[in-house]
Amino acid sequence: MLIERKWKKWVFFYVPMAFFIVFTLFPFYWMAVTAFRPDSELYHTWRQPNATPFWTLDPTLEHLHGLLRTTAFPNWLWNTMLIAIVSTVISLICGMFAGYALARLKFRGSEFLGTGIFITYLVPQTLLFIPLADIVRGMQLGNTPWALILTYPTFLIPFCTWLLMGYFKTIPKELEECARIDGATRFGAMVRIIFPVAVPGILSAGIFAFTLSWNEFIYALIFMSSAELKTVPVGVISELVRGDIFFWGQLMMGALLGSIPVAIVYSFFVEYYVTGLTGSVKG
Amino acid sequence: MKRLLENEKVLATALLAPGVTILVVFIAYPFLMALWFSLTSISVGDPGEFVGLDNFQRALEDTIFQTAFKNTVFYTFWATIFKLALGMWLALLLNRHFRFKRIVRASMLLPFIVPTVLSAWAWRWMFDPTFSVMNWSLFHLGLIEDRLPFLSSGDWAMWCAVVVNTWRGMPFFAITLLAGLQTISTELQEAAALDGANAWHRFWHVTWPLLLPVTLVVVVFSIIQTFSDFQLIYVLTGGGPANSTHLIATYAYQVGVNSGLLGEGAALSLFMFPVLFAVVWVQLRYLKRMDVR
Repeated sequence: MLIERKWKKWVFFYVPMAFFIVFTLFPFYWMAVTAFRPDSELYHTWRQPNATPFWTLDPTLEHLHGLLRTTAFPNWLWNTMLIAIVSTVISLICGMFAGYALARLKFRGSEFLGTGIFITYLVPQTLLFIPLADIVRGMQLGNTPWALILTYPTFLIPFCTWLLMGYFKTIPKELEECARIDGATRFGAMVRIIFPVAVPGILSAGIFAFTLSWNEFIYALIFMSSAELKTVPVGVISELVRGDIFFWGQLMMGALLGSIPVAIVYSFFVEYYVTGLTGSVKG
Repeated sequence: MKRLLENEKVLATALLAPGVTILVVFIAYPFLMALWFSLTSISVGDPGEFVGLDNFQRALEDTIFQTAFKNTVFYTFWATIFKLALGMWLALLLNRHFRFKRIVRASMLLPFIVPTVLSAWAWRWMFDPTFSVMNWSLFHLGLIEDRLPFLSSGDWAMWCAVVVNTWRGMPFFAITLLAGLQTISTELQEAAALDGANAWHRFWHVTWPLLLPVTLVVVVFSIIQTFSDFQLIYVLTGGGPANSTHLIATYAYQVGVNSGLLGEGAALSLFMFPVLFAVVWVQLRYLKRMDVR
């Protein structure tokens, strides 16, 4: 073991670690404090001496009431959740099938397809939003949840396929071969033998895909126009900023409530998420 | 039917069909459409006509676009450097043994999990000209006399965007590099220490070369995401003040969606393509090399 002195540990470990913790978490703390701070306290200018900016003396739920009264926030939350879950499930199924085919089956053009899928993985949403809006409109999907449910898989499928392909390759072929000798079909062996063994990988891909679709912004911004059909990130921007007026308390309450569900899902599956994250960049 | 699925080629086709269909309809086809749009004067409600490279020419002469392009390069360059440096540092810290390690590591990823648009609002509120907590703190610590123009000056705002992007992307670097670090055996470090290498030399001559492959991949991903970023600027400044903080993507949105000039907007987005293509090419070459090994 490398031994180090106490002062060194303070300088090289505790102090930098504290810096990272404060830097990372302060914005969330600030979001939470603002969400519960009464308006009278919120708008204290930066020069006022008696302000207590780092906490609040009388926390209030007025912003929560305001948010529920003036906006369709519960709808936004429900839309975000529904769209994230459905598009994740679609992408997982496509990714499992495609990943299996690329990892296990021999056919012409498999390498080409693998590379093709990998390239689509690297196409950012901001490159294609203009023609895509036109296509969505042409398919009569504009302003329906389907616009997002069908387009989110474009960035989720490549990722799921890539991750699961890697995972399937680590499963020994013998497992499948045994099942086939016992009379299982190829498809049956895949569904009943390989997929159950791959549950940890599938879970990783699913959690990661879920957080990605919860995060998506530009498609939701462009494809959805009715207030009650929006997702949380878009609704917060378009309904809580009216002209030049920012409803900061409600904005922060909305941001907080919109972050909590995804943070909860994440906290239950941290290890799977990390596997998904690190796997997402492995070749 | 059952017998047919036993054929590897048939089964492969059937399994790949759903995913590939979605990718072709919603990525390959829109890409071709983007190319076509960019060569026409199409706008909302008007199919327009073929105009050749006019849209690209106009973009190159457009001073707002020139600024947006410079901003995008600036933003990508500095944010990537900071994310790499801080992410590496954080990874090295997290690689040590300490109490509450799991919870600290989990909470470090929060900026990456929480929707960027939502956390960017918290930052915007922290940068608010009148009610900024940062101005308040600095003023009461006696460090400033007058408030800092965080988002009200173009130069300051670009740096603020770099800070927020770094804040958001650093965990991705840290956690991925940490995974890389964990595969490096500690014996190598100890051997180097016995040979008298100090901590910096151990990092530079042992850890860094071994981490290089992971680092390259993470940097490529980060460059793609940062170069094509939209959300952060959209929330923090909306491209203002006076169009001085646009990125390519936010300006393309303004032209293509807000003004409805689909052709010009598509051409503006396509300016991202050569850079992204170069980065992807590096990535693919690198992957090929991995396969050979």
